[in-house]
Amino acid sequence: MAKPKVATTSLAGCFGCHMSILDIDERILKLVELVDFDKSPINDIKKFTGRCAVGLIEGGCANEENVEVLREFRKHCDVLIAVGECAIMGDIPAMRNMVPLKECLDEAYLNGPSVYNPSGQVPNDPEIPLLLNKVYPINEVVKIDYFLPGCPPSADTIWQALTALLGGKPVELPYELIKYD
Amino acid sequence: MKRIAIEPVTRVEGHGKVTILLDAQNRVKQARLHIVEFRGFERFIQGRLFWEVPVIVQRLCGICPVSHHLAGAKAMDQIVGGENLTPTAEKVRRLMHYGQTLQSHALHFFHLCSPDLLFGFDADPAIRNVIGVAAKYPELAVQGVMLRKYGQEIIKVTAGKKIHGTGAIPGGVNKNVSIAERDALLKDLDQNVTWARSALKLAKDYTVEHLETLAPFGSFDSNHLSLVRADGAMDLYHGNLKAIDAAGKAIFDQVDYQNYLDYIAEEVRPWSYMKFPFIKSLGPENGWYRVGPLARLNTAKFIDTPEAEAARKEFVAVTDGKPNNITMAYHWARLIELLHSVEKIKELLHDPDLQGTDLVVKGERRNEGIGLIEAPRGTLFHHYKVNENDQITMANLIVSTTNNNEPMNRAVQRVAADHISGKPEVTEGLLNHVEVAIRAYDPCLSCATHALGKMPLVVELVDCEGKLVDRRAKG
Repeated sequence: MAKPKVATTSLAGCFGCHMSILDIDERILKLVELVDFDKSPINDIKKFTGRCAVGLIEGGCANEENVEVLREFRKHCDVLIAVGECAIMGDIPAMRNMVPLKECLDEAYLNGPSVYNPSGQVPNDPEIPLLLNKVYPINEVVKIDYFLPGCPPSADTIWQALTALLGGKPVELPYELIKYD
Repeated sequence: MKRIAIEPVTRVEGHGKVTILLDAQNRVKQARLHIVEFRGFERFIQGRLFWEVPVIVQRLCGICPVSHHLAGAKAMDQIVGGENLTPTAEKVRRLMHYGQTLQSHALHFFHLCSPDLLFGFDADPAIRNVIGVAAKYPELAVQGVMLRKYGQEIIKVTAGKKIHGTGAIPGGVNKNVSIAERDALLKDLDQNVTWARSALKLAKDYTVEHLETLAPFGSFDSNHLSLVRADGAMDLYHGNLKAIDAAGKAIFDQVDYQNYLDYIAEEVRPWSYMKFPFIKSLGPENGWYRVGPLARLNTAKFIDTPEAEAARKEFVAVTDGKPNNITMAYHWARLIELLHSVEKIKELLHDPDLQGTDLVVKGERRNEGIGLIEAPRGTLFHHYKVNENDQITMANLIVSTTNNNEPMNRAVQRVAADHISGKPEVTEGLLNHVEVAIRAYDPCLSCATHALGKMPLVVELVDCEGKLVDRRAKG
């Protein structure tokens, strides 16, 4: 029987949740016996190759590309897991929701003490994606099945949730694994 | 014009894409690495309290959080007038940083890059990943996983948590390393030294064996920049700024980094959210430089641990003592630093100062702080101003990968010109060549995307029920 597929992605986040996935350490060798990885930043699969049992999403939605990737994950995955506070709440990236966009722009590209920008132009090429006016938690964009809190959730939290799901068991995590930090 | 996009760039940390424009004869007209994500730390951190900085800013990056944690803390040391740390505080921080460098370098080499080196740049993408490595070279894969794990364990002991810990505070650290914690780390030390030696040997042998093909691959002459110690030694935690040109001539040396604004500026270009730093005296055309392991090996006069110093001598012998401008030599340089980190960890673990109880110092309060560090990917700049209510009023960050923006683009252009231009068909394997050159820099695009950009079009965000939740027009 073919192994179930797992896909992962990082939206607006810091990659720390992917690092926490790797913190399962030597259990990663056991994991690759249980599943095949589909689209993920740790391999070179850039487009989904088939239906996935589980999609792990790190980060919130800060731009149009994040939204497209998230919708694509929803379409291809049976179960979507929001991994970490950025995916669940927007977290640190969502701190910019308090500030008008133009002020952020001006600070980064015009006012910063080391900025050299004689034309006064801010990045605006069609090759770089449009920004949303706010950073959104992913459950405001698509339906999410499970939420793993933490910044990031510990490797044990991710491991227990994933192996329970793949084994067809209910995801029941003890308090120590789901308390915030 | 035909457009090819590599989207997303994979086996790097974070988000980026490459676009290549071809003419009717398939000749490359333009090749660019675009950084496509944006966050906005410099602005949204304003108003936060200064002592939150080391904890907030490390969320720039989950791969090298400790580097941001410590660069932020070093800047905040100055705010509280406590930059002359106690020996315990400085050594606990250094231990944390060498743990960070070990885990990040191991991650990059084994998890992200080794598939290209072991299977070939145009191998089947189905096996060209860490799982493929685990299947074919299980022992090697386990060594990589365990080396990274050891680095993470050191971070956990010194920072309280493997990712986004809280160990450093303005003026010091919030805990020391107990005897029990030290002994637990010492237990696995020798094994990790052995693994680090064999990892370095692998990178060295690979580079030397393939030197003829690797030397021109995505390569070019460049300036190099890093922090160095007062005696010219490599130092990943602290030092003064030094920059050399491609021939090894000093552009500046032993510059106090408090004056970085006199030496470094960042150019804004419209097609990337990441800025392009350069040395001011040379201007934006000629002043760009490389940072990270290759630059550090080029700028340092010596390394103060014996095995890494012996490895450095072998490294410089390959270019007859001149700076090494070979992009793919980053891997060898990185693994020399990996062994150096393990040697430093050994030195620190045997230092009784780790068990000291004098953890924090305070002095004259100031309103401006600048903290630099050599992060795994290169020189990292953090600069803040604080008001009388303890709030941040200005933040300027030049992250390691930003410093390598121009070099990564040059590497992309060189590989595109050498390997893609004029080819009747552009295969997946050829495109992976472009990514191989980018990966040499170990770019951390998560860190590099802290800046925030402008939208040229309209975007609508519709929720799962089809309801419009956000619409944004060109502003």
